[in-house]
Amino acid sequence: MKGFYTRMGDGKRVIMTKEQIINDIHAGIADAADMAGVPDLKADEVDLLFEIISDKNRIVGVEPGKEVVLTYDIGQLDFTGDNGNSGNGIDVGRRESALLHERALGGDTFELAHADYSIKPVKPIISNEMQAMEEIQSEIIIPFFYGAMPNSGLYYAPDGPYGNPADLMREFKIEEAMQAAEFTAEHLARDIEYVSTRMVAAGADGFNFDTTASAGDADFVGTLKGVEMLRKACPKTYIMVGMAGESVMGIHGSIEYKGEVVAGKYPHQQVKLAEKAGANVFGPVVNTNTSKSLAWNMSRSVTFVKECIRVAKIPCHVNMGMGVGGIPMWETAPNDAVTRCNKAMVEIAKVDGV
Amino acid sequence: MAVPHFMASGMGGIRSAGDLVARMQFSKNMKIDKAKEYVAKKLGLSTLEIADEHIMRELREELKIGVITGVPNAPRGIAAKMNIERLIDTKINSCELFREVTKR
Repeated sequence: MKGFYTRMGDGKRVIMTKEQIINDIHAGIADAADMAGVPDLKADEVDLLFEIISDKNRIVGVEPGKEVVLTYDIGQLDFTGDNGNSGNGIDVGRRESALLHERALGGDTFELAHADYSIKPVKPIISNEMQAMEEIQSEIIIPFFYGAMPNSGLYYAPDGPYGNPADLMREFKIEEAMQAAEFTAEHLARDIEYVSTRMVAAGADGFNFDTTASAGDADFVGTLKGVEMLRKACPKTYIMVGMAGESVMGIHGSIEYKGEVVAGKYPHQQVKLAEKAGANVFGPVVNTNTSKSLAWNMSRSVTFVKECIRVAKIPCHVNMGMGVGGIPMWETAPNDAVTRCNKAMVEIAKVDGV
Repeated sequence: MAVPHFMASGMGGIRSAGDLVARMQFSKNMKIDKAKEYVAKKLGLSTLEIADEHIMRELREELKIGVITGVPNAPRGIAAKMNIERLIDTKINSCELFREVTKR
């Protein structure tokens, strides 16, 4: 059997024929187009996807002149974190990590992060974070953000003051569950304003809201309101809003931002809300299905993201970590798969950054 | 994840002009092509050349906007960013704060 070495969504090596790859490309495109109501990719784009996947080289890349900007989430935790963050477990300082990304790893931007990488736990140590930002800003040259997940899950019981919607819904307390989500959104927005404006006052170039809407629609609304407050307080600061998935989960179900229900929004709709809130850069996310092939996942991700880029008025930096952007859900994501997804996003979806 | 992405499509930060392009994306909401054209025009280069390490290495040292190697007396941090502000006609938050505390 003549075939091509490729991957599954969990990273495992498989051999697929040309026909199987082409079929999976079409199926991935159709899945995204059907879910989000976005256009299919064109025939020449299908051909290019096949060419990228079937390339005989381990590593592929974009043509010279098509380079894009590389931004990060999770900051220095890629070195210092444990395997929960896919970190290396190296107890290197945050300053050293930032400068290494600038001078050795080709970062166009970088960010400072709390070990828990969430807004809420930053509050009690805000002075410590401000001091670290001031110190690093005196030495770094590339745009240096503060980054954190809105992570509104931390505001629900047992970690926070509000009832847990999952528990309340199990008890058929639907109204109470919705109210808890609404309280959480408002609390999150206030905390975002508190943390982000102080980090900008310490010299941060801006703020990266990472994994937005990970706790669903109220998380998204709270983040957008927080972004709005930051934009009002700091009109020139750089704001990046990166998402958690291709569709916003309806934990509340009907919570709105500027008159629009946010549950069920796809990347091309999410970006419009980020624009309204005042973001400068949007980070679309498409999750990987581990049971499907790289061809299926890559094609599906590119289809979602291409439409997002087409309608966006602001630049978009697509999320391409382990398990997103078509990349296999595997801690040591295979480089052949990572570079193929990267090339496809840049040359077909036309992303402004990764 | 940084290395394969940088190798596949990254501008390379201060190896080339990636930091300058990023600043235009974030400060002016410029999409990638427009941001690269803006920076290229300011540097007197083509959009292909601003991602070329061979061209940008010496130019960055000459413009005093930061290089990846440890060159004595080459501006780093706030000093390099103040030069970047002038070069691409933008304001950088940490430089604004530096001016405020030093009354310059």
